[in-house]
Amino acid sequence: MDVRSQISMVFHLDKCIGCHTCSIACKNVWTDRKGTEYMWWNNVETKPGTGFPTKWEDQREYRGGWELDEDGNLRLKSTSRARIVPNIFHNPHMPSMDDYYEPWTYKYEDLFNAPEGDDQPTAIPISKVTGNPMSIEAGPNWDDDLGGSPVYAANDPNLEGLTPQEREQLFAIERLVFFYFPRICNHCLNPSCVASCPSGALYKRGEDGIVLIDQKVCRAWRSCVAACPYKKTYFNWQTGKSEKCILCFPRLETGQAPACFHSCVGRIRYLGVMLYDAERIEEVAKLPPEQMIEAQRDMLLDPNDPDVIRQARANGVHDSVIEAAQRSPVYQFVKLWKIALPPHIEWRTLPMLFYVPPLLPVMSRREGETIASTTDSFFHPVEQARAPMSYLASLLGGGNTGHVTYALRKQMAVRLYRRSRTVGDVDEAVLADVLREADTTEAECEAIYRLTALCTFDERFVIPPAHREEAIEMMKEPHEHRQSAGFGFLAGPRRGS
Amino acid sequence: MPGSDGFHHLDVILYAVLPYIAMFVFFLMTIYRYRTQSFSYSSLSSQFLENDKHFWSTVPFHYGILFVLLGHVVAFLVPRAILAWNGSPLRLMILEVTAMAAGLLTLVGLVSLIVRRLVVPRVRRVTTPADTLLYALLLFQVVTGLTVAYHHTWGSSWFATTLSPYLWSLVKLNPDISYVVPMPLFVKLHILGNWALILIFPFTRLVHVLVIPNAYLFRKTQVVRWNYPRREIRRPPGTERAS
Repeated sequence: MDVRSQISMVFHLDKCIGCHTCSIACKNVWTDRKGTEYMWWNNVETKPGTGFPTKWEDQREYRGGWELDEDGNLRLKSTSRARIVPNIFHNPHMPSMDDYYEPWTYKYEDLFNAPEGDDQPTAIPISKVTGNPMSIEAGPNWDDDLGGSPVYAANDPNLEGLTPQEREQLFAIERLVFFYFPRICNHCLNPSCVASCPSGALYKRGEDGIVLIDQKVCRAWRSCVAACPYKKTYFNWQTGKSEKCILCFPRLETGQAPACFHSCVGRIRYLGVMLYDAERIEEVAKLPPEQMIEAQRDMLLDPNDPDVIRQARANGVHDSVIEAAQRSPVYQFVKLWKIALPPHIEWRTLPMLFYVPPLLPVMSRREGETIASTTDSFFHPVEQARAPMSYLASLLGGGNTGHVTYALRKQMAVRLYRRSRTVGDVDEAVLADVLREADTTEAECEAIYRLTALCTFDERFVIPPAHREEAIEMMKEPHEHRQSAGFGFLAGPRRGS
Repeated sequence: MPGSDGFHHLDVILYAVLPYIAMFVFFLMTIYRYRTQSFSYSSLSSQFLENDKHFWSTVPFHYGILFVLLGHVVAFLVPRAILAWNGSPLRLMILEVTAMAAGLLTLVGLVSLIVRRLVVPRVRRVTTPADTLLYALLLFQVVTGLTVAYHHTWGSSWFATTLSPYLWSLVKLNPDISYVVPMPLFVKLHILGNWALILIFPFTRLVHVLVIPNAYLFRKTQVVRWNYPRREIRRPPGTERAS
């Protein structure tokens, strides 16, 4: 057993209100530089929807992530070792700026300088790349809130596995449904971006598992952009270097939550340490997709197990990190309660960002001129939720509806339990039945309720001490590095020489 | 004005002094730049800004110039092998035709790259003066090279008997320009273009040639960096240091 620690995340989708505060917080801190205007290290998508970059989940086109070769070994879908040699001059699976959008601003001076006339002056959009006037054809949230749109939502790659009936119900006006899907780098255990980098510029930090790009080693071979199935490495067209979410490590090392976590209005984000067995990464990543969620959960270790603690210590994991792992909210959501699931685990990167699937209940429908409840009881079976289970399973269950149904059923049980405690109109026998069916107990429901609804800042973000005495970048003032090429530089980035 | 050894001063400067200046600047500045500005070592790919023309220009250019460069290097290193190969007219013909094809491929790729730079506004935006100078010199070099190949055929053979000795004389620090001075104009221009390219090499994006990632083929799949020797740093006091 090779015990390592990883900063891991949970996003509670039922609580996300799609306000994009996280995206703006990230943009203002990290990507307000030339060449990074189009990058959204954190973005919030509407699901069903095509996302950012457009249709990023369609791996037949983007070729991100891993696949198994004829011998059952892991192989990058885009450019593995052998295939990078002939493809290094032109990466065949590299998305272009048009797959994202061309960043723009407006010619605001026209508003002030226009001569007096009968019509209102307008500020025309101009490209932030060329400076030329442009017509805006896409943006970072182009299909925001268009859940039922036949133009955007209908192109969601996750809809492929649905039956025609399920598709129809997803787009029927009474059942129209959408939810928000905030995304940052998953800081995977088996990152395909790291494996694809010919220069070895990408690496996983041993101490906390954060995946970073060494800006001084990146040579713009572009492999990481093609290899990341979540499209969370971005190419800076100005400096000729790739950049990605750094999980705000300068903030984490000073005990602060990452900017997107800190600013989250819906308080949907949880961050904590997970201990895992690094020896099992390859074995788990090779499993059939329907077994992977269970297996990944299994390789995450119990931080209270004396044997795990002993092995972690022997491996150099600090006691303070083990202690943080014992209080980790992520551990509770993922391992204890099993209601947080990894996105698209079938791409075999073993993401360490987990999502609590949204309930999306159907409350009412139109019957002639009246509105009627669709179910007899206020809390209906999850199978009657508006989003088909197979859709959620494609996104979060590795194609397996079982995990999603389990998570939703348990969340529904928590609601029924709370109603019985606060309103008191639930039959105790019914409640006991529901709890048993949902594989939960009153104590667990209470804990889920508290961490979901009443969670304080310190309960949501359990950040281990950074151990300044051991860190390299610790002595630097984070804000000195705004507008510079990255942490560790003070000079501004320039193109080439 | 001929010097004491019978050569014109200008010839001495261009073919015996310039090469040393160029090589000196090349080695000094590439190392200096790598050590002080490693951030600037990048291929500066513009594929992200324009994806289709990129394929049809950069791929022929790189494959073409790699083959042509390889030919030059082989003729410089093992001229006898080239002469032996060229002993049969058929093999000579095969080599010449292949080299010419590679040269034309380079030209097509390079012209496409230049056109792409000019007509795609996004790519023009990221073109620096150093890029312009580099493209001009590369075009000069490819055009003079192809002109030599066309007008003075069987270059693979006469390169081995004239220019290889000239280059080796430079390596041995005993420059002998008697092979070069009587050469036709376009051969001389091609030689000068070569020294000019080596001279500006450290100041352009050409440095990406020096950092081609050979190690990737042999390294472990995943890369993990530790801030400290993790097992060692928290070794309980009084226990033995692991060797």
